[in-house]
Amino acid sequence: MGQITLQRVRKSFGPVNIIQDANLEIEDGAFVVFVGPSGCGKTTLLRLIAGLEDVTGGQILIDGHNVVDVPPAKRGLSMVFQSYALYPHMSVRGNIAFGLKMAGLPRPEIDRKVEAAAATLNLTPYLDRKPRDLSGGQRQRVAIGRAIVREPKAFLFDEPLSNLDAALRVQMRLEVTKLQKQLGTTAVYVTHDQVEAMTMADKIVVLNAGHIEQYGSPLELYERPANLFVAGFIGSPKMNFVSGEAAGERGVATIGVRPEHLKIGKDGEGWPGTVSVAEHLGSDTFLYVDAGKLGMLTARCIGEFSLKAGDRVWLSPDPARVHRFNTEGGVIGG
Amino acid sequence: MARKVSSRRVLVSTGAAWFFGFLIFLPILWTFLTSFKTELEAFAIPPTFLFFHWTTENYATVQGRSDYLHHALNSIMIAGGSTLIAMLIAVPAAWSMAFAPTKRTKDILLWMLSTKMMPPVGVLVPIYLVYRDFGLLDTRAGLIVILCLGNLPIVIWMLFTYFKEIPKDILEAARMDGATIGRELVYVLTPMAIPGLASTLLLNLILAWNEAFWTLNLSTSDAAPLTVFIASYSSPEGLFWAKLSAASTLAIAPIVVLGWFSQRQLVRGLTFGAVK
Repeated sequence: MGQITLQRVRKSFGPVNIIQDANLEIEDGAFVVFVGPSGCGKTTLLRLIAGLEDVTGGQILIDGHNVVDVPPAKRGLSMVFQSYALYPHMSVRGNIAFGLKMAGLPRPEIDRKVEAAAATLNLTPYLDRKPRDLSGGQRQRVAIGRAIVREPKAFLFDEPLSNLDAALRVQMRLEVTKLQKQLGTTAVYVTHDQVEAMTMADKIVVLNAGHIEQYGSPLELYERPANLFVAGFIGSPKMNFVSGEAAGERGVATIGVRPEHLKIGKDGEGWPGTVSVAEHLGSDTFLYVDAGKLGMLTARCIGEFSLKAGDRVWLSPDPARVHRFNTEGGVIGG
Repeated sequence: MARKVSSRRVLVSTGAAWFFGFLIFLPILWTFLTSFKTELEAFAIPPTFLFFHWTTENYATVQGRSDYLHHALNSIMIAGGSTLIAMLIAVPAAWSMAFAPTKRTKDILLWMLSTKMMPPVGVLVPIYLVYRDFGLLDTRAGLIVILCLGNLPIVIWMLFTYFKEIPKDILEAARMDGATIGRELVYVLTPMAIPGLASTLLLNLILAWNEAFWTLNLSTSDAAPLTVFIASYSSPEGLFWAKLSAASTLAIAPIVVLGWFSQRQLVRGLTFGAVK
């Protein structure tokens, strides 16, 4: 079991409030991603769950028990750090076995579990090497091995892939997701990369300035963002926001349209503009359009689109996909 | 692309390095050579370099006039003792400042360093009087205490910088893995800090071994270490260069040998953290 509940969790460092009243329900077996810009408190929230920081107020329940006064090791969680945090003087075997050794398991059982974890992560040939003799990806695997071998109630990942190169990151992303599904263990994963969040998560927590802005499945966040912040944060390229007259026509303060929901025409209807940059990715084309009073708008078209800088275009939003926001930034309708 | 270095430049810089290396080593070499000269040859002008009448009579005289082993034993006990006590105090102190710093940690570190800015002679009289009243003059215990206190700031600073280099994540990982503070110390921190601990220990040993101000002023015979033994050869009766050199060679020999065998550890410790 690994159900984690946060009730009115607060954390402040001196006068600075890092986390304000976080309420969250993480179901057993779920893969939950905390995402947000840097400094939003996502890592702090993870460390509060881990027990590496003490809460200023509120409760953290793991399987129904309040653990705010329980030391990290007794919470039954294991953590994968951004820097891997491997013990440099121990072999891979020593690293993976350390937690079990501390728990006082008998030697044969430790060996059996370490071998099993190493086999799962393709680390068997490296068991007797030191971390410094491993590549980044292998070190990452050792860090994950150290986490899974303890059979925790939940895994906590603190931006574990951010030190890897792009190709390896995509591969490890898949491996981590697969492993989590296979083990069925709850996972809480912190990242600032919204692509990682969208691809890995069952549910995403979007954090901003210590607030939980929205909690939902990736597609919920994409299709029904609760406010301007979430709308702008989830999705790449960013959602276009238009205020003023065009929004006034629809009776709201701001409207938002995702780049993929803007139809591009070469004549007539919609918002007129001039292409200022066209990015041809092959599978997609991103157009950055100077739409005069509306500002810069981004449009995404599937496939090759033969437009270049300076061309005149008309953009029309898909009416069913227009997000409407009030003056406070909250969504209207939904 | 790697920088190209011409063989000429390699030759010149190697030559220069040897030259400066030799220059630094020269005083020790000269002392060593002089210790085998007769008193007459010791201040001959022009000085003789290698081709002189080699003699070991200085060593015999020095040993006959004063008891080398007595002073060497004092040096070992004073340097060793003060280093050991300093390490015992400094490890927990540096530890807590590196891993559980408070708002005042920086101030405390600076305050400790500031004690090294005052010339020791400034407190000689009060310390001397305190030592006299407590019967600590010319005792090993007294010298151990003063050398320990004198070197403590440097030891704490060195250890503090080494401990600072140890990533906090690793300690947190150990906490997550269920290590208590004691086990974290034994299994994780100490093994990682060994190079730093070793070089601090060695450096402190060398500093304490060579410390002359307090040892000369606070001891005369019973607790007198090798520094006093050397100084006794520049006496009112006149300078005896050859005997002074023999005494110096005897005095520095143990520490040079120790330094020679531990140079790897020393260099590694002193450059620890410079390159990741």
